[in-house]
Amino acid sequence: MNNILELNGVFKSYKTFALEDITFALPRGFVMGFIGPNGAGKTTTIKLILNMLQRNAGTIKVFGKDNIFYEQEIKEKIGVVMDNTFYVDEWSLKDIERTLKPFYKRWDSGKYNSFLSDFRLDVNKKVKEISRGMKMKLMIAIALSHEADLLILDEPTSGLDAVARNELMEILSEFIEDENKGVLFSTHVTPDLEKIADYITVINNGRILYSGIKDDLLEKYVIIRGGLDVLDDEFKTKIIGCREHNVGFDGLIDSSVLPLLPKNIITERSNLDEIIVRFNNWRENK
Amino acid sequence: MNIIISNTAGTPIYEQIKEQIKAAIFRGELKEGELLPSIRRLARDLRISVITTMRAYNDLEQEGFVVNMQGKGCYVQSQNADLLREHKLREVEKHLHASVVAARLCELSDDELLNMLKYFMNEEDEYE
Repeated sequence: MNNILELNGVFKSYKTFALEDITFALPRGFVMGFIGPNGAGKTTTIKLILNMLQRNAGTIKVFGKDNIFYEQEIKEKIGVVMDNTFYVDEWSLKDIERTLKPFYKRWDSGKYNSFLSDFRLDVNKKVKEISRGMKMKLMIAIALSHEADLLILDEPTSGLDAVARNELMEILSEFIEDENKGVLFSTHVTPDLEKIADYITVINNGRILYSGIKDDLLEKYVIIRGGLDVLDDEFKTKIIGCREHNVGFDGLIDSSVLPLLPKNIITERSNLDEIIVRFNNWRENK
Repeated sequence: MNIIISNTAGTPIYEQIKEQIKAAIFRGELKEGELLPSIRRLARDLRISVITTMRAYNDLEQEGFVVNMQGKGCYVQSQNADLLREHKLREVEKHLHASVVAARLCELSDDELLNMLKYFMNEEDEYE
């Protein structure tokens, strides 16, 4: 398959934290959600992809090409949205265009201006005068104005209100209607992503716990609730992130073992938040 | 054709899309040879994953409701009467099975369950 982004056995170690064997691939034409608790290694992974950090081992390919060797060429076609802008506070949105334009072969001023007006951003406003939500939209306008094929968004929705988050989802679903594009979206706020993501990569404590189709992940795990009388030790080992309380227990379970379970147990569809939390508790208890 | 997705329903989204397109075909709202919305357009409109939409379309193709022409899109297939009947039968079986599962859960006896079924059959007949 044609992968727009591919990481293979990537390692990066620090004194107190390490990314170990990071491997995942995003096929062209799809949206991947990159999820995990704060401090799991999402931003570090993204910085490795952008060659803002040096990896210790492994390979990273963007558009099928090594991300370091072909850095210039690759970055022409990547749009990045971080949780903060790197632009000078005193610059107006017009100054930003003037500064960035020379770096991109495919920069389209007409597009930049039309995105700004679509997003109701005033070109004469300074960076320091616009809100967080507007900064996010500014970064997207920049990404789309140089015709990026791959969007990499690192926590773009943190600190945004529901209206701005919804606008972002609208922009992304329009972007991905083109089957030649790709989106990697890291977040710890999953409900937005839950709908539009095609693939999900779950990272926890520097390791990939799952990478694959979102629907498969949500079908693989099921939330269960039941009474303490049926919860024996053998059953407990099957539950991920089991929480026992005075009047029962709840947890996550692999749906393949469902038929073996006692009958008076309630099951429910899982969601991404539940999966992140349960896996985190499970790891901490080990 | 309308496709209305519930995010809180227990049924997976691809299943909801599939069932609604099927229902539109059964109702004759979607006719033979008609072009379905493109996968990516439908995903955008419903704000859902492209893969989820693909899965619904693939299932519809496998079940013989639509045919996918590479690069052109998905078209509604002609439906024969047997297939329609088969579909309805499967629907009946599915709900009967669900009823049995529910009955076992609350420890209903077989006779009680059968009586209940008869009751509903009578009720339905009276309406007609």
